[in-house]
Amino acid sequence: MIEVKNVSVAVGAKKILDDVSVEIKAGEVVVLLGATGAGKSTLLKAMCGDVKLTGGEIYLENRRLSEWDYHELARKRAVLSQHSTLNFPFTAREVALLGRNPHIRGRESKKDLEIVREALQLVEAAHFANQSFPTLSGGEQQRVHSARVLAQIWERQTERYLLLDEPVASLDLAHQHLTLQTARKFARENTAVLCVLHDLNLAAGYADKIMILQNGRVFALGKPWEVLKSEIIREVFGIDAIVTKHPKLDIPLIVPIAINYEAEKISRQSFLAQA
Amino acid sequence: MADPALIGVSSGAALAVSLAIVLGETLVFSFFLLNKTFFLPIAAFFGGLVATIFIYRIGKRKDDSNVATMLLAGIAVNAFVGAGIGLMSFIATDTQLRNITFWSLGSLGGVTWTSVVVSVPLILISVFFLLRLSRSLNVTLLGEAEARHLGVNTERLKWQAICLVALTVGAAVAVSGAIGFVGLVVPHLLRLLTGADHRYLLANSALLGANLILSADILARTIIAPAEIPIGIVTALVGAPFFIWLLLRKI
Repeated sequence: MIEVKNVSVAVGAKKILDDVSVEIKAGEVVVLLGATGAGKSTLLKAMCGDVKLTGGEIYLENRRLSEWDYHELARKRAVLSQHSTLNFPFTAREVALLGRNPHIRGRESKKDLEIVREALQLVEAAHFANQSFPTLSGGEQQRVHSARVLAQIWERQTERYLLLDEPVASLDLAHQHLTLQTARKFARENTAVLCVLHDLNLAAGYADKIMILQNGRVFALGKPWEVLKSEIIREVFGIDAIVTKHPKLDIPLIVPIAINYEAEKISRQSFLAQA
Repeated sequence: MADPALIGVSSGAALAVSLAIVLGETLVFSFFLLNKTFFLPIAAFFGGLVATIFIYRIGKRKDDSNVATMLLAGIAVNAFVGAGIGLMSFIATDTQLRNITFWSLGSLGGVTWTSVVVSVPLILISVFFLLRLSRSLNVTLLGEAEARHLGVNTERLKWQAICLVALTVGAAVAVSGAIGFVGLVVPHLLRLLTGADHRYLLANSALLGANLILSADILARTIIAPAEIPIGIVTALVGAPFFIWLLLRKI
């Protein structure tokens, strides 16, 4: 379990995170939402130990994050960052194999290679595993990074932690869902997952809990039905939206109303009335 | 791009050596100069180490290192070192001047078995330890934050790499003088041929680098025989166009 307790992060006088608390248990997918600059990435970085806290504490398995050894931590916690750049001619397979680094002493074993093969298959990247990484498209590179991160915490014996910063940013529709399905699959197998997203419907479909940040503070935290309400969406994202029930599933379906009314000759009022 | 000559590691070593050559005879160091073979490699090592740490400190911003800043800092270090070596040449005696020219242009002509015995163990030991770092270096290519997430202690890794590089460069420069561009050409060439995996890259670079130096030395000795041109001139004639090609290719 990861426990974030009253965490604050400030740069100079500016508070980027202000008294944020959340718990992520194994088996759970927590989705982090918020407008740009709300502090989502900073919270994720704080949970990786990459930024200094100015207040509060983060615990992983009841031990302070700062007390964990890099290597020990890397064997059970993987992080998919937003801006991973790599301009060196590794093959896709070699990049995914870097994820096994904390488990390898000396040379990689047969098992490591097998895990990498399966991870690449899982993200549908197996068919370009031998291609040079810099020649791949943005979405393909993103999938290879996903495979690397999954390979890092592949074994199920222990509780695992998966932190994903906008994992679907450059992916096509099918792979967006594949990525989040994979996150759910890991959650089912004793993993605590935190995922930063922008798409409210993806959040509604895949989150157990949703946390919305605004100006560094927790604005809402709860189940999708409790959090994804039109008044909350208006307040946080500054956009009108209809929240209805998904036609097939028991999850909220969010339909933003952001049409250029003038051009479409539809009055805002009548549109809302129809809805 | 981080050729030791470009970022100023070799020139730092060369400056330390010229200081040692010129001032060493007049100052308290004269004691050490009784055994020049041992003293000059040590001077070269510390010169290289100081230059490396200086450039690393300048390139470091917050948590991550900035390669562009390091390269620019290297230009400044090279200019400063050029002035230092110039000053040393100006006040040097004729013999000392010859020695300094030797160091700044490089030559294998002055190699004796004693210098081999001194420098080879140093180079072999640091290459051995550098090879042990290769997996962590691979991971660090993803970026420092990513490397930390993958269990690499990046601060420790950087210090290990800096010290080992300074030791290798110091030991090599002490024997042959600062021979430029080999350190730039060889790793880039090998990356094109065998990929970026440091486990192969480091060992292959050492082997191909040695071969390239010997080939350049053969050229330097035969091209206007019986006279010998400094080997640094040969490698720069090959390496500078290669560097330009590398820049154009990246665009």
